[in-house]
Amino acid sequence: MESSRRDFLATAATAAGAAATGNLTHAQEQDHDHVHQAVPSDLTLRVKSLESLLVEKGLVDPATLDALVDAFEHKLGPRNGSRVIARAWADPAYKKRLLADATTAIAEFGFTDAHGARMVAVENTPKVRNLIVCTLCSCYPWPVLGLPPVWYKSAAYRSRSVIDPRGVLREFGQELAEDVEVRVWDSTAEVRYIVLPERPAGSEKLSEQELAALVTRDAMIGVTKVTLSQSGGAA
Amino acid sequence: MNGVHDMGGMQDMGPIEYEKNEPVFHARWEARMRALAQAMWAWPQLNIDASRYQIEMIPPVEYLRNSYYENWFAGLTGLIVKRGLVTSAELESGVPAAGSSKVTPALAADRVLPLLARGIVGTRDVRVAPQFKVSQRVRARNLNPNGHTRLPRYARGKMGTIIRDHGVFVFPDTNAEFQGDKPQHVYSVRFTARELWGRQASPRDAVYLDLWDDYLEPA
Repeated sequence: MESSRRDFLATAATAAGAAATGNLTHAQEQDHDHVHQAVPSDLTLRVKSLESLLVEKGLVDPATLDALVDAFEHKLGPRNGSRVIARAWADPAYKKRLLADATTAIAEFGFTDAHGARMVAVENTPKVRNLIVCTLCSCYPWPVLGLPPVWYKSAAYRSRSVIDPRGVLREFGQELAEDVEVRVWDSTAEVRYIVLPERPAGSEKLSEQELAALVTRDAMIGVTKVTLSQSGGAA
Repeated sequence: MNGVHDMGGMQDMGPIEYEKNEPVFHARWEARMRALAQAMWAWPQLNIDASRYQIEMIPPVEYLRNSYYENWFAGLTGLIVKRGLVTSAELESGVPAAGSSKVTPALAADRVLPLLARGIVGTRDVRVAPQFKVSQRVRARNLNPNGHTRLPRYARGKMGTIIRDHGVFVFPDTNAEFQGDKPQHVYSVRFTARELWGRQASPRDAVYLDLWDDYLEPA
C-alpha cells in the first residue's frame, strides 16, 4: 500500500505542475484520444475509483456529492460576504453587532444558524490593516467566502503572511505607510475571520446593493482595499 | 509534529501566484475529491482534526510537490483505511470485499446546504473554567509533540496578550487521535511582530493566534 501510494504520488507530481499552469483540464480533455497522457488520467481514475468504492459500500450517496459540488460552485462564495460588508457600511447598528459578535450578526442573513462556526469580523481603518491566513492548512470562512483560492492555500502565502505581511501586501499592489498597523490573523482554531474593509470614498450615495457589488473576495481576506472602480465579486 | 505543513515564518517559498477569475475547481476530479471528503466527514469514525493530521503525515517532499487536492486524496484514503471504513485491498481494487455489508450514507443530499452554511463547529456546550483572562500576559508553551497540534512553531515560547475569550472548544491534539474532546477555552492571543521576528519587524505590527488553554502558561 505504502509503496504504491508513493509511486502514485511521484507520478502525480507532473499533474500538479500541469494543474498549476492551468493545463490539467485541457490535458484531461485529450485523455480519450491520447493514451500516453497517463498522468492526469491517473488522478481522474483514482478519484473515480475511490468514489465508486465508497458509493458501492454505501458510505456516500452520489446525489450528495452532486449537491456538494453544486453548492461549492454555485451557492457558496464571496457574494454572501459582500452582503454582510455592505450592510455594515450602510447600517451603523449592524456594524456594531458584527464587530461585537460576528457569528450572530452573520446568522441574520441566514447563511448559517445560531450554532454555526464561530466568526470574527476585524475592521480596517486608515491606520489599521487586517490580513487573514491559515499557516497550518487552509482554514477559510466558507459560509461567507466559499472555498479559498489556490494562492491562499499556497506555501508562499501561508509562510510569508505572518513574517512579512507588508511584503505580501506589496505583491497585491498595496504599499503601506510606516504608521499603519498591520494585524495578521492566523486561523489556528475553529474560528473564522472576515475583514471589514474601509468603505471607499465617494460611495456615500450608493445603495446597500450597489455597495455589495463593490466588495471583493480579496478585500475580505485583507490583501486589497475596496475601490469605486473595481467590479466587485472576484471569483 | 514539527512538519512542513507548519509554514508560518518560512522563507524563500517564492512569489504568490495569483490567478485572475479563478474557477472554484480546476478539474472535475478536484470537485469530486472535495465533495467525497465532505461527505465522509459526516461519519463519526472521522473528524476534522484527524483529517488534518493525516495530511500532515504525508512525507514532506510529497506534501510540497503535490497539488492541494492530491494531498486531500492521500489524506482521505489514508484515514478511511486507518479507521476501518474501507480496507487497503478495497482501495486498490476499487470494489467492496466479497460479502461486505452495505451501509446507509451518513450525509443525505438535502442536508448539504445547511451543513455547509454552518461551517465547521468546534465549540462544546459544556462549562469549563477558563485558565486565563482577557488582557492577561501569557507565554505560548514550548511544546514539540510528535502528534497533531495547532500551536505553530513560530509562536512557541513567545509572550503574548489575551485579547478575547472565544469560549470552549474541542482540543485538537487529542481529538486528532480519537483520545477525547478534552474541552477547554480558546483565546485570541496577540503577539507583537517584534516578539515573534525580532527587530526586522515593524514595531506596529502584530500576529493574532487562536490558542487553547493547554498551549499557554502564565507569563
